[in-house]
Amino acid sequence: MAKKPRDVRRSDRIFATSLKVISVGGAGILCLIAIFLWRLAGPAFAKFGLGFAFTSVWDPVQNTYGALPVIFGTLVSSLVAILIATPLSVGVALFLVELAPEGLATIVGFLVQMLAAIPSVVYGLWGIFVLAPWLRTTIEPMLAKHFGFLPFFQGAPYGVGMLAAGLILSIMITPTISSIAREVFKAVPTTQKESALALGATRWEMIRIAVLKSSRTGIFGAVILGLGRALGETMAVTMLIGNRAEIAASLFAPGQTMASVIANEYAEASSDMHLSALAAIGFVLFVVTFALNSLAQVFIWRVTRSKVTP
Amino acid sequence: MSEQGSVIKTGAMMGFNPNSVPTFRKSGMSANYLSRKFKNALMCSLLAAAAAIALIPLFSVFGYVVSQGMPAVNWSFFTELPKPVGEAGGGMANALVGTLILIGVASLIGIPWGLGTAIYLSEYGKGKLGNVIRFSSDVLSSIPSIIIGLFAYALIVLPMKRFSALAGGVALGILMIPTVARSSEELLKLVPENIREAGLALGIPRWKVTLRIVLRGSLSGIMTGVILAIARVAGETAPLLFTALNNRFWSAGLNEPISSLPVQIYTYAISPFEDWHRQAWAGAFLLVMLVFSINLLARLVLRPVKNAAKGRV
Repeated sequence: MAKKPRDVRRSDRIFATSLKVISVGGAGILCLIAIFLWRLAGPAFAKFGLGFAFTSVWDPVQNTYGALPVIFGTLVSSLVAILIATPLSVGVALFLVELAPEGLATIVGFLVQMLAAIPSVVYGLWGIFVLAPWLRTTIEPMLAKHFGFLPFFQGAPYGVGMLAAGLILSIMITPTISSIAREVFKAVPTTQKESALALGATRWEMIRIAVLKSSRTGIFGAVILGLGRALGETMAVTMLIGNRAEIAASLFAPGQTMASVIANEYAEASSDMHLSALAAIGFVLFVVTFALNSLAQVFIWRVTRSKVTP
Repeated sequence: MSEQGSVIKTGAMMGFNPNSVPTFRKSGMSANYLSRKFKNALMCSLLAAAAAIALIPLFSVFGYVVSQGMPAVNWSFFTELPKPVGEAGGGMANALVGTLILIGVASLIGIPWGLGTAIYLSEYGKGKLGNVIRFSSDVLSSIPSIIIGLFAYALIVLPMKRFSALAGGVALGILMIPTVARSSEELLKLVPENIREAGLALGIPRWKVTLRIVLRGSLSGIMTGVILAIARVAGETAPLLFTALNNRFWSAGLNEPISSLPVQIYTYAISPFEDWHRQAWAGAFLLVMLVFSINLLARLVLRPVKNAAKGRV
């Protein structure tokens, strides 16, 4: 509806302007978050400078803070999650779009979305009492026995640790990645699929040639979005990662992520510098997730929008 | 055209030459054909297996929450305050009420703000500014909730010099804005243009058309979206950890720390006490039941609404 200047009455103008202010204000929250976090983090950045991200001593008693272990923990746990969740989610999305009959696809699609509706703290609870014991008694000894020559699978199986955090993250980001991937696969033109089938391709060959090949950009966007979620996921990770600021090669070892260290220590921080260091980690996390999500939005918009005007 | 061309090319490249694909020999099907058929069956069953594997955690979580949580839910769980360690029994009455209060504060902020944004986007947001707002609300919805908690801490806890229910509610409210905005925008857009035009043609001012006709027409759908947003923030824990904090007793006002269901589940889950673990499962049972039933209801209600809106002319 194009707005015609002569139609605009005063009440309409007030209405439109106040809505505009509200909406711009909502967008402005992002800027406010950046400013407030920067102010909280100021003292830590001023004291430690760039070295903050590259030193590994995290000691509230000595008032020395280095973020390297938590950055390491965040990257490793998210990487494990992405490695597991990407093939799984793409498989789920392909099953829903290309294989399952409509009724089944609706039900399975709904159930996968319910995975996203379970609160993080419930995943954490389940992780502590179900997943971690299972990892400790079954999976980790098995991995150590067969792949123990790799440094990732050495050491005592605690159950809680990097592997548990990565696994729970992979469960939590599967609905995110698969729902975007589903949209992306749906955007592939039917003619393209049909021409592959008409050439005698089997269903799998059709999926490989006509669907997967042209969906790479969209899948990439979906994975980035999943990564953004994994990096910032807090409660389940805090409950399962073991919370020790160390850098260890083994996935069995406990660790800590940027989000989990904030959740653990912020309410009980011992000094102003401690608070500021935690806020500095929050600021870095904000910037990273902001950048990743913007990137993912651009990728996904490009794919799902081109569908509208084929 | 070019896309189809590339399909043919890649098809030839990966070894199924269109001319030779359906090769049937007198002795039966060719080995090549059989191996392709086998690969197809294998990959298709792998895809189905992926869907099955993805659902295992859902059923496991649900099963444990029901089997561990349901027996622990009893009358005193709803009516009593938490007991100190060592004493059996006790409940989460204060946490349940606390969660309701926090949701109330969050709704006061999130619903009008989100709805206002949605109306702006659907009615006026065709231009560049609309896209900027859409983009930033998408990004805001994917900022980790603990960051929103830090923001509420800086915004409210620091100036007030105390942890408070208000700060927790504001954090949850900010989390609601983008969810409400985007779901409501979708529904407002479904209202056909000619209904707006009919209203305007009668000489009704545009704001009245928007509020009385467009908004009212999609109200039930919008309500569903709002309730889904509430279900989402009801389970949020991270932004409450250092805003609303926790409280073992009833809290006296919005400027006091307040207990909430998710934070209480967290506290009990990481404690070493058997009794508290049981309470954590009971809390998780309530939370999951709440979230699942709202989602299920929303699916059943929202779908007919969407279809009706599309069909209406």
